[in-house]
Amino acid sequence: METIDVLIIGAGVAGAACARELSKRKLSICVLEREEDVCCGTTKANSAIVHAGFDAATGSLMAKLNVRGNELMGPLCEDLGVDLKNIGSLVVCTSEEDIPGLQALLDRGVANGVKDLRIVRGEELRELEPNLADEVVAALWAPTASIVNPFQLNWALAENALANGAEFDFNTEVTGVVRDGDCWLVSTPGEEYRARCVINAAGVYADSIHNMVSDDKMEITPRRGQYFVLDTTAGRHVGHTVFQLPTKLGKGVLVTPTTAGNLLVGPTAEDIDEKEGTDTTAAGLQELLAKAPLSVKNIPFRETITSFSGLRAHRAEHDFAIGEVEGAPGFIDCAAIESPGLTSAPAIGEMVAEIVDGILHPEMRDDFIATREGIPNVEWATDEQWAALIEKDPAYGRVICRCRKVTEAQIVSAIHHPLGARSLDGIKRRTEACMGRCQAGFCTPKIMEILDRELSDLAFSDVTKAGPGSELIVGRDKELEGGDVA
Amino acid sequence: MTVNYDIVVIGGGPAGLAAAIAARDAGCASILVIERDRELGGILNQCIHNGFGLITFDEELTGPEYAARFEKLALEGGIDFMLDTMVIDVSSDKLVTAVSQAEGMQFIQAKAIVLAMGCRERPRGALNIPGYRPAGIYSAGTAQRLVNIEGFMPGREVVILGSGDIGLIMARRMTFEGAHVACVAELMPYSGGLKRNIVQCLDDFGIPLLLSHTVVRIEGQKRVEAVVIAEVDGHGKPIPGTEVTYPCDTLLLSVGLIPENELSLTAGVELSPVTRGPVVNEVLETKVDGIFAAGNVLHVHDLVDYVSQEAAVAGRNAAAYVAGSLEENGVSVPVTATDGVRYTVPQSIDPERMPDELTVRFRVGNVYENRYVSVYLDGDRIYHRKRMIMAPGEMEQVVLKKAELLAHPGLASITFKLEEA
Repeated sequence: METIDVLIIGAGVAGAACARELSKRKLSICVLEREEDVCCGTTKANSAIVHAGFDAATGSLMAKLNVRGNELMGPLCEDLGVDLKNIGSLVVCTSEEDIPGLQALLDRGVANGVKDLRIVRGEELRELEPNLADEVVAALWAPTASIVNPFQLNWALAENALANGAEFDFNTEVTGVVRDGDCWLVSTPGEEYRARCVINAAGVYADSIHNMVSDDKMEITPRRGQYFVLDTTAGRHVGHTVFQLPTKLGKGVLVTPTTAGNLLVGPTAEDIDEKEGTDTTAAGLQELLAKAPLSVKNIPFRETITSFSGLRAHRAEHDFAIGEVEGAPGFIDCAAIESPGLTSAPAIGEMVAEIVDGILHPEMRDDFIATREGIPNVEWATDEQWAALIEKDPAYGRVICRCRKVTEAQIVSAIHHPLGARSLDGIKRRTEACMGRCQAGFCTPKIMEILDRELSDLAFSDVTKAGPGSELIVGRDKELEGGDVA
Repeated sequence: MTVNYDIVVIGGGPAGLAAAIAARDAGCASILVIERDRELGGILNQCIHNGFGLITFDEELTGPEYAARFEKLALEGGIDFMLDTMVIDVSSDKLVTAVSQAEGMQFIQAKAIVLAMGCRERPRGALNIPGYRPAGIYSAGTAQRLVNIEGFMPGREVVILGSGDIGLIMARRMTFEGAHVACVAELMPYSGGLKRNIVQCLDDFGIPLLLSHTVVRIEGQKRVEAVVIAEVDGHGKPIPGTEVTYPCDTLLLSVGLIPENELSLTAGVELSPVTRGPVVNEVLETKVDGIFAAGNVLHVHDLVDYVSQEAAVAGRNAAAYVAGSLEENGVSVPVTATDGVRYTVPQSIDPERMPDELTVRFRVGNVYENRYVSVYLDGDRIYHRKRMIMAPGEMEQVVLKKAELLAHPGLASITFKLEEA
């Protein structure tokens, strides 16, 4: 068995950021992911915000990595072809009594190193965000906050790591980690892996992985957040990410545009037992309907196209757990990556890579490929840009997803990119097909046909929504039974 | 480069074909139909059941057969087609932008436009059904395409939410193909589909229709494993304690249709909040000069025969508009829908310009027995006829006579309402 320098458990945004950062070094890297694709856990279901960094307690790892991650995120997204919009955020309050609370957030932000924070009120505030609820009296304005496409970010980081030599094994769940000489033996239902360093980026399961190597037990609680997604027709209802000031009544929910032009409302915060509990509940959705109007008025909920839940990997200490585990040399936790985990991901990658540097002392590569091209998007393209794309590849002229205007060329590209899509959800996260107002009603059969055509090992009837067990088809029509599966 | 046509019809389904044929037969020699699919016929191509054409042809045809009759007429000449071509923008001055794999990006300047884009199904998200998001949840139309066009079964043990016509049709279709349909749950105390479909697709197969019931939970993380159905109260709220779990692998949704008016909005066309289709006058012209609308993009129909009739009117009027023979719109008298009538199409009438007889189509908001449909010209009741039963799933119509409207000089309002006596 060959020995890998670094084995990363988990291909979410944290694992992918670690892989990319480490791939700048002369190291052999392998990423194990139990799902069929990158971006299948917490990364795919969150607020998609690049936080400014005033939220976390000063001096915490969260505060430090948030602010650093915010700085790195813009240039990184530029390099990797990831959609990011620097729209800024507002934390609003509805009572003069709460102004000291806003001020405290501002002071904390300043202490954390956040730039350009300011409290705005009155006319200026209404001009900035006309649809704020009439009761809103003031807001903390954070111009450095952004929104990002988390699916693209995760995929791009992983793909860029792959381009620089990292390997990825999907459908590979880690079942055991044991010490083996000066290395770690990592078992899965399939093959065994031997690695000098192991990075535990297993999201809500990071506690189970950690507890395989340490007596100092970790406990991660899945903290569920439910969201509504509204159609792009509602996407301009607010121009910034609008948070509610946490009060004794609770944490509040946010209302924000997404990079895809939708409106996102959420999340709830419920500690649950089930680590696969990504279901929505009537009570949770009801809570959003009740809370969101406290900060933003006239939200057109009639334009809701879907709802979803994500799980934050919460730890009672409420800070990231990043570092070499005591008594487990070379085993590095990258755990409890809850909000602002997405924002912090680039900084988490840096930090983990530095820890690995201290253990393996690798040389830096001089042939690192820092950039990567994403898939062109025709929905927001000008006529000239779209026409030029069709000129290059006529398949940019065939629209498959009519709601989001996603063309056949983009879907084929999503399939044939490195770490390409093999499922409907894989296509969805890479192209935004199926994410529109008809919610895949029209394009599902067409995308299944394209997957069937482009992937020689995948038949129409084997196409899944999101990997094994989620097959879309159960068989042929009665009169076709036994016939050829086209 | 921009090409020019007198009339551009957007959509090659039943509405678009009927509009184009009528425009040609009215003398327009420059007509283009743009269709996003590879074939004409629209959604009829997957509607392989019969029951189409009873009014138009006095025959029971399947969807593809009905479409084929119109395609044959359309292909007799005088009409150009762009298939596999998606319109991406329509401007208020009637410049149409379209893309296709074969021709790239194309710009078409029209003198008149007929909007005939049809409708789409409401998705699960619009209903806020809680639970997981596994595979096995399909809109009834998607399942219909998979079964009827692709030849694949999306599931074996099926629950259907919503009793719209496509859901009812699919209950029977899935049963024919060997699936078991456990029930059809309907939130409202009445069905949203045609009575004949309830009889022929559910009753004949012993499939229960659970009125005032809804899905309150979807179980299964990868593929649907069960849905929980509960009874709802008079406000549509689930009644605790009435939950019943139905193990199944598939949930089909037939919970309403929405006219597809994204392009209408780019052209600046005003939409009705009730129909979610354009607001039109008696010639089916929208609030944008020279842009007409017909079929399910205008309001969701129950029978395709009415779509064809309505679209022919729009096509003829578009031809007259291009020829300069469509009179200027004079006085627009608003048509008001009230007391049980949800909406009317058209929403305004010019008594001078209207044809001798004008069909006004409408739907009611509830199930009504032995009620009168009344039409008032200002305070004067000119139409009062009893209907045994009216339901939201069935479209109603009243034919207005020009002579009667002209007999009311200075007419300020036309009112459609239901009355008890």
